[in-house]
Amino acid sequence: MTALARSLVPTLRTVGLAAGLPVLLVLGWGLATQGSQSFYFPGPATVARTFVDTWFGPAFVQDVLPSLGRFGAGVALSIVIGIVAGTAIGTTPWLRELLEPMLEFFRAVPPVALVPVLMLLLGIGDSMKLAVIVSGCVWPVLLNTVEGVRGVDPVLTETSRSYRVHGALALRYVILPAASPRIMAGIRLCLSIGLILMVISEMFAASSGLGYRLVYFQRSFMIAEMWSGIVLLGLIGVVVATIFGFVDRRVLHWYHGLREVARG
Amino acid sequence: MADARTLLRVTDLGKTYATAGRTVEAIRSISFDVAVGELVCIVGPSGCGKTTLLKCLSGLLAPSAGSVSLDGQPVTDPPEKMAVVFQEYGRSLYPWLTVEDNVALPLKARKVPRAERDELVRAALEEVGLAHATTTYPWQLSGGMQQRVAIARAIAYRPEVLVMDEPFAAVDAQTRADLEDLVRRVWRDLGVTVLFVTHDIDESVYLGERVLVLSSSPTVVQEDLRVDLPDDRDQISTRALPRFTELRTHVHEQIQRAKRDEHSEAVEPHAPAAHT
Amino acid sequence: MSWTTSRGRVLGLLGILGFLATWEVAARSGLVNQTYLPAATTTLARLGRELGTPQFWAALGDTLITWSVGLAIAFLAAVALGAVVGLVPFLERATHSTVEFLRPIPSVAIIPLAVLIAGLSREAALMVVVYAPFWQVFVQVLHGVADVDPVARDTARSYRLGRYERLRHLVLPTALPYVITGLRLAASVALILTITAELVIGNPGLGRQIEVYRAAPDAAGLYALVLVTGGLGVLVNLATRMLERRLLFWHPSVRKEKAL
Repeated sequence: MTALARSLVPTLRTVGLAAGLPVLLVLGWGLATQGSQSFYFPGPATVARTFVDTWFGPAFVQDVLPSLGRFGAGVALSIVIGIVAGTAIGTTPWLRELLEPMLEFFRAVPPVALVPVLMLLLGIGDSMKLAVIVSGCVWPVLLNTVEGVRGVDPVLTETSRSYRVHGALALRYVILPAASPRIMAGIRLCLSIGLILMVISEMFAASSGLGYRLVYFQRSFMIAEMWSGIVLLGLIGVVVATIFGFVDRRVLHWYHGLREVARG
Repeated sequence: MADARTLLRVTDLGKTYATAGRTVEAIRSISFDVAVGELVCIVGPSGCGKTTLLKCLSGLLAPSAGSVSLDGQPVTDPPEKMAVVFQEYGRSLYPWLTVEDNVALPLKARKVPRAERDELVRAALEEVGLAHATTTYPWQLSGGMQQRVAIARAIAYRPEVLVMDEPFAAVDAQTRADLEDLVRRVWRDLGVTVLFVTHDIDESVYLGERVLVLSSSPTVVQEDLRVDLPDDRDQISTRALPRFTELRTHVHEQIQRAKRDEHSEAVEPHAPAAHT
Repeated sequence: MSWTTSRGRVLGLLGILGFLATWEVAARSGLVNQTYLPAATTTLARLGRELGTPQFWAALGDTLITWSVGLAIAFLAAVALGAVVGLVPFLERATHSTVEFLRPIPSVAIIPLAVLIAGLSREAALMVVVYAPFWQVFVQVLHGVADVDPVARDTARSYRLGRYERLRHLVLPTALPYVITGLRLAASVALILTITAELVIGNPGLGRQIEVYRAAPDAAGLYALVLVTGGLGVLVNLATRMLERRLLFWHPSVRKEKAL
């Protein structure tokens, strides 16, 4: 019995530390909004009820799924383009020197500033939204891949050369794994930029999607609905970050292990 | 052994680095032959261009003058018959591959069939005493164990020449003694030719059948010494032999002489072009 | 950077010229309609004229004010809160889950809320501009405070260094590189969000001007301003990197940084 209690205490402490502040914050939010009938700040219960009513219905199919689809497609395309182009640029010195100033410039352009440009060029359809996401998301992956590919330890490169590990085999087993910590850092940025651009591209001239709904609720003064949209976006952000963390631990388990050993 | 076939021939090898208008002559002229099945140690004062020499031998670096040939073929690229074990074991093993995948990758590049590959990997890991660690990652092992993995990778490659660049410089003394005996055993068991670069005089005498003493930079071969110690060597009894002490004292004196020559030359440090 | 070698400079210049030439040809040949993609020369000429107008400089000034105010608020708040939370282990553990929840929320999600509360104003834009850079710096500060070498910490304890001395000589030098890196990342994110806010909310600045030119439609003006925003971003990157190198030339982490 005491052994059970002893093993329970640390678990309870962990749960308490993780859940304590969020619970306090929600309680505080509830208390603050209970007395006053603040127009802009509905209570947590209202937002929760509206959340279920708004998003667990046809809106899920009409708005949430298309948004997630565009986000997924845009991010996937960015990752593929970024890794392929980044590997080519990183392994070809003259190409890198040729493109470096242009890359520095393009990554510095605020991705949202390209929305009007792409609207002019591509209209306001899905291809525009996809292009917006890719035009902003591709840079962190591409630049990090270039750096990662260039940064392969020279001893490893010489080892591979002396054992005649060339071409596709070297790419698959040496260059890409060596660059993978940098590539994953790029993908992490790519995901958060992608989410922002998904919302922004839908705020401009769209008839469906989360960004469209959010602006619609705001303009119609549907405050609780608007709050539920913000909460939904937050949840999507958290879920995406959690999935990324899981994939990161799988892909880079050797890297995290190595760092832990190095730290002692 | 003296009349055996020459496997590796180094002829008037020179290497000069040119950087931004300044030239540094790392190796002036080195010539030596290694016969099939020999175990040759190369020893020299620190900074004498041992690593440069080794990179030229293994085809990783193009020499500025002279040539290297392996089995009559000029070496311009890393040759298939040669395996290299680097000093920095922590950086020459692929941290994202398990021990067995590290050993197997060069064989994959050589397109060795799967079944044969597995057998070579297994045998090599057993030879170095790591049969139990096949699925761990290199960074989970101690330094000495990691260097064993690198040696296993070289053995599995079935090279005719095994080149080792100060492989034990970064491991502790006890591990080092074990690894030295491992190198002797591998050399005898597999009949491979070994070229072992070190800065440790005792190690060169204990391991080698022959010791090449290099001068300070710009480097030449200062002495080519035959080690006439019994074939069966043992960390305690061999090192206690009077002949061992004589040989190591001799090599030691040679290296001291090389260092003195360097100092007398240091009067004119920035005029390497005058020597050529 | 390859701009340090003359070969790199020549090739880099060739790359820029090649890009402009491709653009010019694509527009002039009719591959893309010039209404949507004006030629490079047209755009650059327009950019020159734009630089001569007072309303361009007013817009640039507005953007820079929103950017610098937003960055300053985010940076100061993050350093103060980050230091407190980082130095008190209980607070660190108690806030961890909340921070991990709030951090990935896309900053643009609060645009509708900001507009409702503050209208189409700079204050609304600032709410958006402050949010993401705040977390960037905050997390860096936590990493920095946590990175204090345990041996150095024990040494300081054994010599009975006071709280203030420990902060001054142990925590501050360790955390500084992280804080500066956080500032560099935050500066470019804040600029991106400033222009985003101006575009979406419509408070004065380069972003709003871009939207005005799009609606006109005035393609040459639009492209000229997009070039300006890119140039501004490059300048901010260069300036913060220089600051970092000046302040941290002694620290190995300057070499290990990640590219954004």
